[in-house]
Amino acid sequence: MLTSNMVFGGIVIPWELLQQSFWPILIEGIKVTIPLTLISFFFGIILALITALVRISNIKPLRWIFSVYVSAIRGTPLLVQLFIIFYLLPELNIMIDPYPTAIIAFSLNVGAYASEIIRASILSVPKGQWEAGFTIGMTYRKTLFRVILPQALRVSVPPLSNSFISLVKETSLASQILVTELFRKSQQIGATNLDQIVYIYILAAFIYWIICFVLSLAQHQLERRLDRYTAR
Amino acid sequence: MLAVRGLKKSFGTNTVLKSIDMQVDKGKVIAILGPSGSGKTTLLRCLNALEIPDEGIVGFEDHQVDFSQKVKQQELIKLRRKSGMVFQSYNLFPHRTVLENVMEGPVQVQKRDKQTVKAEAIELLDKVGLKDKKDLYPYQLSGGQQQRVGIARALAIKPELMLFDEPTSALDPELIGEVLRVMKDLANEGWTMVVVTHEIKFAQEIADEVIFIDGGVIVEQGPPADVLSHPKEERTQRFLHRILNPTE
Repeated sequence: MLTSNMVFGGIVIPWELLQQSFWPILIEGIKVTIPLTLISFFFGIILALITALVRISNIKPLRWIFSVYVSAIRGTPLLVQLFIIFYLLPELNIMIDPYPTAIIAFSLNVGAYASEIIRASILSVPKGQWEAGFTIGMTYRKTLFRVILPQALRVSVPPLSNSFISLVKETSLASQILVTELFRKSQQIGATNLDQIVYIYILAAFIYWIICFVLSLAQHQLERRLDRYTAR
Repeated sequence: MLAVRGLKKSFGTNTVLKSIDMQVDKGKVIAILGPSGSGKTTLLRCLNALEIPDEGIVGFEDHQVDFSQKVKQQELIKLRRKSGMVFQSYNLFPHRTVLENVMEGPVQVQKRDKQTVKAEAIELLDKVGLKDKKDLYPYQLSGGQQQRVGIARALAIKPELMLFDEPTSALDPELIGEVLRVMKDLANEGWTMVVVTHEIKFAQEIADEVIFIDGGVIVEQGPPADVLSHPKEERTQRFLHRILNPTE
């Protein structure tokens, strides 16, 4: 066990402080960052699927509303969206904690971006697949759910995983609306160790990296499972 | 069994079908021939409402659809369920096994008992010579095998009428025979079939009637011995000459 600070050409690495800080930061990651990511992604994907289905449908007014939603979310910074929702809800007399506020903001954000991924994946399934569904008597809805979406899902896994991994890191923005997650915890520890603050941030980065690395392993597993019906 | 009256279809300013009348009697095999762009595939696709005609009547004995008026989705689905369709590009469901492909219609659409359907599906696969491939995925099959699964899938819904849209056009020459043999068996069993094809020999041998279509109209129709061996119309003669002597 390393107990003293190590010196590299004038750079002093505070091992003791890093060891003390590792668990408190990682625990906020496990308790807050990961659940925040999972919950937001879950609701975001549901919203994305609804948005994508509306936008490929022919329900005109709804299509227009969802197009504006996608455009507005994609056209504004996530940090600004977080602040707007954080300050807007109290104006509307909706008093909720920062944590659920962050979930709302992240879900809306994922919903917009992922809807474009899902929409493109649906459109990438050949038209002949729709027709094959129709000719064995399926309705539009049945063809969509039994024939098109399973194939679209396969196409959308890599880009959706990308969104998911981005979201892990974007949750650090929740620190700005007072959610004590991985990054805010590092800030708090850093504030009492100002001389070594850069090392605390490097430690935080390292922990984000570990989380994302594990997640990308999970992505490969999922892709392998979904690959069973395609030639490689 | 099926009567078509005054069928018209345009895509934008391009008129593809100009008032087609045709009749399909039970147990008969109709071959539709024609140059590319003649409208033969569009005609076939109008028969099961994959294309919505602008005008005209597609009528089965117990279900008539008049496309001059606005047709409800439910009516189209009902019309579609009368016929099975075999596509040029097979269009098998890539995420389902051979057996699942064949069972999908009867189980998911017709809500029939899974065990009964499975037994029937295996029988159908046996008929097309692919019983031992039932647990493979489509990508593991050759084109000819995929097309035979396509035929089994279409048969599984027990349609009144089988439609074939150039079923051998995407196949390597040595694989065409296995698909045509299955189709010949179906004809001999008494299936009612409408086949869009370029296989003149097949039409000659199997079809009860040949329809030659060009420029969106039926130019000539009749038994293959007349239309194919002694065509009256100049356009038919020219087409057959081109097909039979491609290098001239």
